Amino acid sequence: MSLLSTLARLEAVRSGRAEPLATVRHRHLSERPMVLVPLATAGESGAPLAVLLGTDRQAPRLHIVPQPLNRTQRFDFLARLAADLLPYLESFGGEVEQIEGSEKDPQTGEKTQVFRELCTDAPQLIVPNSACVQHLALLGRSTRFRRTVEDADPGPYPAPTQVPLLGRWLTHLTERAQVPGSSLLLPMTALLARHWATGQSHLEDQHLAAQLAWHFPRPGLTAARTALLAETERDVHNQLTHPPGGPVTDPRFDELVLAPAITRHDTALAALREDPEHTGRPAGTVQDAGTVQHVDAAQAEQARLRVKEASEHLHSVLEQVLLPTWHDVWRGLDLLYALPPAAHLAERWESDRWSYTGHRDRLAAGEPPQPKQDDAVTAARKLAQREREQSRLDVQEALDDPLAMAECRLAGEAFAGTVTEVTPDYDTSGRSPKPRPLVTVRTTDRPHADPGREVHRANWQSAQKAVVVGSDPAEGTVTVRVLSGMGRKKEPEPGSLPEPGDRITFTLFELAPRQSAPLPDPDDTPWTHGGPPGAADRSPIAAEDWE
Amino acid sequence: MIPHPSAASRYRPTLQPHKPARSPVGTPEAGHAELFRGRENPRRTGPARAEAFRPGLSAPDATLGRTMNVSTIGQAEPLAQRLSELRGRAPQRSLDARALAALAANPGCRRRAVLDSAGVDKAAVAGRLGHAAPFGQSPFAIARGIVFEARLKDDGYAALLEPLRRHLGLPPEATALTVPDLLVRSTPAVRAERTREALAEAASAPAAWTLLDHPMLRLTVAGSPAYLEPDAVVVHGGRCSVVEIKSFPVLDGSADPAKVGAAARQAAVYVLALQEAAAATAGRAVADSPYAKQELPGSPELSVLLVCPKDFSNRPTAVTVDIRRELATTRRQLTRLTRIEELLAALPPGTTFDLAPDEAGSPTRPTEELAGAVAALPAAYSPDCLSSCELGFHCRAQARCADSVEQLGRGVRGELGSLRTVTEALAAAAHGGGSAERSEQTEETEQTEEDEAAARLAHAAALRAEALAGTAG
Repeated sequence: MSLLSTLARLEAVRSGRAEPLATVRHRHLSERPMVLVPLATAGESGAPLAVLLGTDRQAPRLHIVPQPLNRTQRFDFLARLAADLLPYLESFGGEVEQIEGSEKDPQTGEKTQVFRELCTDAPQLIVPNSACVQHLALLGRSTRFRRTVEDADPGPYPAPTQVPLLGRWLTHLTERAQVPGSSLLLPMTALLARHWATGQSHLEDQHLAAQLAWHFPRPGLTAARTALLAETERDVHNQLTHPPGGPVTDPRFDELVLAPAITRHDTALAALREDPEHTGRPAGTVQDAGTVQHVDAAQAEQARLRVKEASEHLHSVLEQVLLPTWHDVWRGLDLLYALPPAAHLAERWESDRWSYTGHRDRLAAGEPPQPKQDDAVTAARKLAQREREQSRLDVQEALDDPLAMAECRLAGEAFAGTVTEVTPDYDTSGRSPKPRPLVTVRTTDRPHADPGREVHRANWQSAQKAVVVGSDPAEGTVTVRVLSGMGRKKEPEPGSLPEPGDRITFTLFELAPRQSAPLPDPDDTPWTHGGPPGAADRSPIAAEDWE
Repeated sequence: MIPHPSAASRYRPTLQPHKPARSPVGTPEAGHAELFRGRENPRRTGPARAEAFRPGLSAPDATLGRTMNVSTIGQAEPLAQRLSELRGRAPQRSLDARALAALAANPGCRRRAVLDSAGVDKAAVAGRLGHAAPFGQSPFAIARGIVFEARLKDDGYAALLEPLRRHLGLPPEATALTVPDLLVRSTPAVRAERTREALAEAASAPAAWTLLDHPMLRLTVAGSPAYLEPDAVVVHGGRCSVVEIKSFPVLDGSADPAKVGAAARQAAVYVLALQEAAAATAGRAVADSPYAKQELPGSPELSVLLVCPKDFSNRPTAVTVDIRRELATTRRQLTRLTRIEELLAALPPGTTFDLAPDEAGSPTRPTEELAGAVAALPAAYSPDCLSSCELGFHCRAQARCADSVEQLGRGVRGELGSLRTVTEALAAAAHGGGSAERSEQTEETEQTEEDEAAARLAHAAALRAEALAGTAG
């Protein structure tokens, strides 16, 4: 946490309201986001319990697993979830634009023009918090290798066809969520925390309702008090009035509400199974005794009714636990939509669209699911990508948002001020003199600007580089020599230089990220990194136990 | 916020995250210990802390082993009595391995140290103060743990044999383990005595493989006995290994580092208890260095076997976890606990945490009185406490009342230097130059430190105001 955000938190403590940490919105928000609030079963890793999802805040759809330990019911749930989620995810794959690029022919080395498809939009999932992202990753991991009836060797427990596909999508989205600045899958707590500071710590901000309390304090109460109520207030049945935003449930809920409801459902189901009609009694014997059949039918009807009731009860208790968080996520979205979008959002969203298109193409090409563990080259590539994206994000946020730039200025990585003097000067070492004017800036910032340090003019129409010539801390001035961005003539192009009195910002970091060195193909992995991955490691089907 | 790029390092699974530096004995740890004491520096911690601080009494780490053994003889009686007074009529909450390990999370908290050593029911106190702890374990999670452990023990520990073969060198032809009866239904003291016998017996037969199922270990903590129950201890060749069974999964070779860390801290407490037991049997002191391997009959190995479910299944997989670092930390924390007398000395006489329950068990003690008693013990609140300590919500309310900056997180205090309250910090931000005048009166370097923090804060405030004004206008 930087000093500036600490300051914002201190201000929030005093004002009792969330204080801005950004003046613009730094993450792309889709016009049609899919909000998804998952619940997991305590103690079982990756065992789903329920999910509430939808693109319409008035019409959430609920899917549940009546008995979380039952494999068949879990697959049924996943199949229903897939049937609900996949159409949304796939609906963005149809509309594409053609992007021109060039490709080098591996044999001749000639460059040829190629067109690549890029989807014009991509899906966006919003979940309450980052633990939910991890839960979705676990769901993806546990389902993407499942064998289905369509496989050559379906195994003893084939899953419905869509389940592994869902797993691959969830894996892709959760992997992408690791990339800084990406927006395909976003946790709401992190989104809000990026844009506003609350008067509590990061840890407490993980509770979505507690974080929102600083935006919407209850009438007559302070934000801190509202947050405390969101965390701990219980009703007469000892249930939290505002359950945590998933994926974990409150232990008291598990004990007092969920466990009895599950038991009731199990019992009703068992009674239905024991019913004679369902034990496969030969039809002939039943026909002889009309009365028996009548009684059986009535009993069966009653048993079915009980199952239905128990199932409805389960649905209703889980919905009650999920709905507050569902509404919270939408309230958070309202807050974020009210912020003006940052200038570089479209550029970063394009990367997300490439990521989406790439996954769509891999699925279409019939590639195997993502491996359990990346090979060395893929891991290195992912790491490099995340580092590159992180630096790109930092630069872009600083350029888009004066508050983000203030962070850089406070850290001595940038300085802003008023131009006091522009002195023409020339580099006469070459054949013809080149303009190298001196610009003096009065600033209150204290940049790490040693003479000779390269600086970059921020938010200027073209890239303009300069080098620090000297600074006078007593006067509060920094003098730089402008090196580029002035045209090719002897005199600088008009308007390419700042005038005295102009506000100007220079950064000590480069504004365009550097390309990293290329990595070899996985098949050329050097032995120092384990050598090329063996065929066995890449086997798409992993034998796994399911209990 | 934004996932850090190094998250990709998770691709390389690590189950042994802690490789303690093999540096000269105790050096890094001693350094840490100094840090702790440094933090306790009473200069600015208020009168209560200043009184409690007795620099001359802080025992160097080197004497740790002896201090622990000696403490039971010399000062045990008055100390135990004092602690019992604090506890009042309530039954003593035994200090289990989990609680001991949790102490390591916030070693500077005197409130927790005293209440835990006295065995006070912190949850009940918190409830009476109106800040009931929201802790509890889901019945599903409990059931899962029981099912997994039962599965390991089915059929004469058959499922455990494979991990033992692979990690502890159990020969493949050995099909059965000797499992002595440890009288699990008796009182803790009886069980501890029985475990001691069984351990000695097993250690004297080097060729045998003995499994102690839920043994009971005794560790003297701050003068009172704590009874600890590891899941299992395997004895062979005169040495023993702690086996810890956990129900969180090892997925594709890696597990949640936070959970592995917690398990390692818990296991370290068992190893320490076993070391003390071996030392006591041999009539020797525990080695000074926590990294030294103890070479006595029945000594524990310095790595423990962690048995977890593999992936999404119920099949076990095992990993050895090096716990030397956790052991060192635990030993250091426990020395601090043995200095509990110093903390008690600072308490007003007659302080008690007795809830004075009536016949129905409802507390009758006036809340203000109880709150006063709790307030007499300085806490070191940080937001992490909310998830690990029953009194977390109470301490947070107190921190908010006191306007202290700790309510925003542990790191904040470091950033703000000597500015301790939100009001102070905001005042400094509003006019950072103001404190420069005061600096003439004080000569201490702290003052310049404070100025520096204030000046930085004022600069930050100016930048923030500028950025926000730009968009508003």
